[in-house]
Amino acid sequence: MQLGGRLKNVSQERIVFAITLSMFCVFAVGLDGFLATNNLLSLLRSVAVLGILGLGMLIVVLGRGIDLSLVAIMAISVAWTIQLVGTGTSLGTALAIGFGFALSMGLITGILVAYAEIPAIFATLAMGTFVYGFGRAHLITGTDVVYLPASFGWASQIGQGRLVGIPIPIILAVILGGLVYIFLRYSKHGWNTYNIGDNTPAARIAGIAVRPTIVMQYMLSGAMAYVAGLITSTAVQSMNTRIVNSNMIYDVILIVVLGGVSLSGGRGNVRNVMVGALLIGVLVNGMTILDIQYTIQNVIKSLILLFAIVADSIINPRDEQTGQQGDI
Amino acid sequence: MFWNKLKKTTLIAAAGISIAGTALAQEPNDPFRGPALESLEGKWVAYLPISTGFDLAQAWGGVVKKEAERYGMKFTIQDPNWSTDAMAQGMTSLIAEGPDVIVTQNPDTQSLARLMMQANRAGIAVIQMNMQGAVQTDAFVGPDYIAMGHEIADMAIEKCGSGTDTSHKISIVQGVITGGVSYFQVQGIMDTLSKRDDIEIVSSQAADWDASKARAITETVLQQHPDLCAILDMWDGQAIGTGAAVKQAGLSDSITVITSGGGAASTCDLIRDDTFDIVVNYDAPGMGRDAWSSVMIVMQNGGGGKLKTQVFSPTYVMTKENVDEASCWNPEKYASRLR
Repeated sequence: MQLGGRLKNVSQERIVFAITLSMFCVFAVGLDGFLATNNLLSLLRSVAVLGILGLGMLIVVLGRGIDLSLVAIMAISVAWTIQLVGTGTSLGTALAIGFGFALSMGLITGILVAYAEIPAIFATLAMGTFVYGFGRAHLITGTDVVYLPASFGWASQIGQGRLVGIPIPIILAVILGGLVYIFLRYSKHGWNTYNIGDNTPAARIAGIAVRPTIVMQYMLSGAMAYVAGLITSTAVQSMNTRIVNSNMIYDVILIVVLGGVSLSGGRGNVRNVMVGALLIGVLVNGMTILDIQYTIQNVIKSLILLFAIVADSIINPRDEQTGQQGDI
Repeated sequence: MFWNKLKKTTLIAAAGISIAGTALAQEPNDPFRGPALESLEGKWVAYLPISTGFDLAQAWGGVVKKEAERYGMKFTIQDPNWSTDAMAQGMTSLIAEGPDVIVTQNPDTQSLARLMMQANRAGIAVIQMNMQGAVQTDAFVGPDYIAMGHEIADMAIEKCGSGTDTSHKISIVQGVITGGVSYFQVQGIMDTLSKRDDIEIVSSQAADWDASKARAITETVLQQHPDLCAILDMWDGQAIGTGAAVKQAGLSDSITVITSGGGAASTCDLIRDDTFDIVVNYDAPGMGRDAWSSVMIVMQNGGGGKLKTQVFSPTYVMTKENVDEASCWNPEKYASRLR
């Protein structure tokens, strides 16, 4: 959003980080038990899934796309895996089939965006509806909540287990964050992702294989969706496919945008997603301790979001130079 | 006078014997069966639950469909898939098409209220399942949630009240705040608890029927109150998240998880593995039967709100001790009937 200029150091990311820090301090002083190790772990744990989905969204958004099918792919691929295990398929095979499903849905989305050149927002909106509809009609035919069978074995530790006292979802989120960071920073395809997002025609002229790279981005985001789904489902011993109808996808976009990733592509990194996720985590955790009703929590959450955006637009006003074509 | 009376009695007796004689000579006939069957045959039952994808709606619909088809009725089903808008649209188009009975389920107390009145005015019988709306129609079928709230509060008092060696702290996980199931249960619970000062409610939050949300709320509450005594959750489908948080915190032994639900097999499994301690079971296939009974009553007496009945379905308390005797039904059995 900010391109150099006067107040380069006060980017949206910094504003959000400052808000997060001040909320954190207020809660730490005002709320008993907020600073307890276990509470901080549960704070991180509660945004781990959102953070992982945010990483998938980040990769796509950097390439000037958006993936609205993330939550649908997550719900259906994992629910199908669980149902397969429940009907006697071995755990390994079921996991492979579910993962393959998530990847192939990403592949189709990628082909629609890169080769058929359908705008990402429409292609993924349609794919999300398709994946959910197809899944509910042909894959998950019973109840829309699929319960984890006992035969899910070790895999149920993904959401429930701890390693040296730290919940595995947090560890997974950190590892995936690290991998995405390395991918974006040091790999050729990572650099190309930035280049495509920044200026697609120029990237093409420069000889970057634009279309295959875009397809790869959507497949990566499908893979992230699958991991996030495994965590969600094993933590509550069930996969609720109704989650597709919820506003979870907006929460994902929220943490990405809140952290300062530009929806017009080419700008942002893993740190932005982490900052966005942390703000939501601190807010929700503190408000739950304060016993604030969920609906009121949503109001407060959106007010703070608005505040962050307004602060950003005052400090970094848009002009012809900073406003990009395609910015939403 | 006496002779006249005797004569009359004899005549009546004679007539009685002769009638009995002719009746015996023919097939015994039930004069009431025919009109009852006629009132059902060829009629149309439209089923409009909030979604056909969850265990309760599948059980209700499965039972009603099977019985309706047995009596030559037409049964149609619409799946709004948790969208209140789609449900209101479905209801509007049903009113235009004019089925004889609409069996529906309110997403909250208000959304369908006007439409249900409109259907009643058009002579369509409306049966509300489980979630009571703001208007009374031909029948409401579901447990008496306020009484259930009292019952649940009493169980919480028994586990955590002043007579016990506990922290006396409980937490409540609501569903959708305006949904009848959650609203009336909480009302009943608060009714009972407000008369006492030995129980402390440390948290009362809504999880919107979402297990993940219930899990996150409970995890945070447990950080603040690891000495919590009991958690009351308004629906088993959501309480699976609550129970998972308790279990993963290693507090299953000290915290009593109390919830309610339709008693599907998955709930029984969760009682067996200590995720739930007490479940008030309102037996969804039994509610399906109550719904079917209501259909028969309105068809034989005329629908459109002429008779208005609250049909409170029976409930029973399920714990680890009696779970093996409970009817832990398989939703797939009913879901397959609806396809």
